[in-house]
Amino acid sequence: MALKRVNAVIVGAGAAGGVVAKQLALGGLSVVLLERGHWLTAADCRKDDLRNQRTSVLGNNAGPDEERNPRVAVDLNGRERVVLPSEGSYSNNAACVGGGTFTYGAQAWRYQEKDFRMATTYGVPEGSTLSDWPISYAELEPCYERAEYEIGVSGDVSADPFHAPRRRPLPMPPLPVNREYGILKPAAQRLGLHPFDIPMLRNSVPYGGRPPCMQCRWCVGFACEVNAKCGTQNTAIPAALATGNCELRTGCMAREVMVDARGRATGVAYYDADGRLREQYADIVIVSSAAVESARLLLNSKSKLHPAGLGNRYGWVGRNLQGHTYTGAWGIFDFDIYDDIGPGANIAVCDYNHGSPGLIGGAMLANEFIRLPYQFVGALPPGVPQWGRAHKDFMRQWYRRSITIMGPTQEIPIAESRVEVDPKVKDFWGLPVARLSGGKHPKTMETSIAMAEKAEAWLKAAGAIRTWKRLAGNGTSGGQHQAGTCRMGDDPRTSVVDKYCRVHDQDNLYVIDGSVHVTNGGFNPVLTIMAIAYYAAGRIVKERTGRTV
Amino acid sequence: MAIGNEWRYGLALDHLKAYSLRRRKFLRIAGTATACGTLVSCGRPSTPWRFLTAAEGRTLDAICEQIIPTDQTPGAAWAGVVNFIDRQLMGPYRRQQAAYRAGLKAIDEAATKFGKNFVDLDAQRQTAVLESLTGPAKRFFATAIAHTMQGYYGDPRHGGNRDAVSWRMLGVPVIPIRGRYRYEMPKQGA
Repeated sequence: MALKRVNAVIVGAGAAGGVVAKQLALGGLSVVLLERGHWLTAADCRKDDLRNQRTSVLGNNAGPDEERNPRVAVDLNGRERVVLPSEGSYSNNAACVGGGTFTYGAQAWRYQEKDFRMATTYGVPEGSTLSDWPISYAELEPCYERAEYEIGVSGDVSADPFHAPRRRPLPMPPLPVNREYGILKPAAQRLGLHPFDIPMLRNSVPYGGRPPCMQCRWCVGFACEVNAKCGTQNTAIPAALATGNCELRTGCMAREVMVDARGRATGVAYYDADGRLREQYADIVIVSSAAVESARLLLNSKSKLHPAGLGNRYGWVGRNLQGHTYTGAWGIFDFDIYDDIGPGANIAVCDYNHGSPGLIGGAMLANEFIRLPYQFVGALPPGVPQWGRAHKDFMRQWYRRSITIMGPTQEIPIAESRVEVDPKVKDFWGLPVARLSGGKHPKTMETSIAMAEKAEAWLKAAGAIRTWKRLAGNGTSGGQHQAGTCRMGDDPRTSVVDKYCRVHDQDNLYVIDGSVHVTNGGFNPVLTIMAIAYYAAGRIVKERTGRTV
Repeated sequence: MAIGNEWRYGLALDHLKAYSLRRRKFLRIAGTATACGTLVSCGRPSTPWRFLTAAEGRTLDAICEQIIPTDQTPGAAWAGVVNFIDRQLMGPYRRQQAAYRAGLKAIDEAATKFGKNFVDLDAQRQTAVLESLTGPAKRFFATAIAHTMQGYYGDPRHGGNRDAVSWRMLGVPVIPIRGRYRYEMPKQGA
């Protein structure tokens, strides 16, 4: 039986797909929202420190299915390996309604003005594809605000002198703080830094019909059992469904974007939850599957007029894969710090995002989420053995007396870091899998080391009796902050989509998610992904219906 | 600090020691029983484990105990890390089954320089054997370290960290805070 034609089909119900679905449905367009995962609740995802989206040694709790979704990872020596979602080099995000927003730590950062003009600010380093965004912060500002108010953000950035101009404060006050905050804040001030409360997509007071955070220890990587974390699964997607214009289909794996004889997108072919191949025709097709899977879907959508995949005439689909190079430092103190008050991360400084001499960009630095015991076993300073009595002593002595400060260093994009489709390996549905390869630009590594030094200095100022750096390797980046594989730009020869996220040589095909990020800021990217979703969806509705949503 | 936490969670060390002794005795008896079982049955030798043989289980138990030894608090053996690893070898670790079979054999072979099986060496010599490993055996040992850490410090529901012994040692509240409990209950209708 043929499926009823709709105005729009969206592939992926994550941070972007959920917001786009809501905006289009509110604008009166009929929408089918496809999601390969399922609609999970906290009751489906136990608080399991070995099986979650952060620590997945025994698997993950929010998809994708371990057996059905392999990828191929190529290391810096050219060795390739089939990897499963629970492995680090897989760069897993999630596969469920809400996508990564279902289990994330929920930091809700706006990028700074310079983050949209990296090439203008710093020049283009050799070997990189660094470029400005075709849109400015000012254009996106109303959409940031909308994301903050509609999805829900708590925190207080008023003490951060580096934040970009904003019209309204955050809708919710920050959460009560933990002991780390009380130690780190005066230390940062002594160093002349400007500490403040991290903005988070998390209720600190009742908001949107949901209760505030209960400050438990299980946050990043876990589903919130009191529904205080604000993801699209408990905000935008229910709102989309409530309009009556949106149908959500879960367990649906997209196979390809279908095109007609003239090469124009006509809909999406997908395998439904029972494994049947279905064809959903639509006026417009929106790919919102996150940087790796969005690129894979376009590359797998080959046709006579698009032999290398849709939107890939100039070979840019899949290139510039980036995430964040997380570095920082551990510090141990001669008194107890652990107070079991979550989420743990609550204080940040943006003093190092830009303006460090000799560096390109930088990172926001913040204290880490609560470390569960297993996450501490590898946190060893030089000289402490990996096993035996000394290791156990180290755990016992310092677990409750440590603070970690980490920062997501902004990566300098390179064309060689990329997503391709593997010529041999297929997934459960017989579709070629994503193949990830490439490393990081030397300037990225340089900045990341400098950020670790800054983190260490902050811990020393806070009175740590011993500190040591936590550095990153230069292998393929991606992970939950994956971005860049369908970058936006004005020139079709050096980008995949235009400033409204429309694929250059198509009039009805869009990529709306982190893939379009030209650069990824020195911040967690989710609020920017949501803001772009509001921006692009607003344009689509305006064009199709003349309405403003 | 660690001592300060013991009373808080009602952990009686004497009780643990007694338990530990009982367990060792049990293992000896189980070992004997296994040996007898092998004599009378003609099929696969009986083993208390899902994947490991009884002998492999004993070797691995000793290796885990080396990785996280018993001191003033119980070590990996008491915490049931072998049970954890054995269970995962039939699940998420199943790609490592062959590595375990070969790795445990290699460690026993490395122990022959002292003229005994690994389990029969004293603790000092066991340490020496593990420190001297090279090549594939060394790589296997690195895997075993990671898995032992998971079994000892991870959630007890996976078969290790018995009585949340490591969390008590670290002073992490074992009883989760408010609202946690209902998610550990079976789902309605499931």
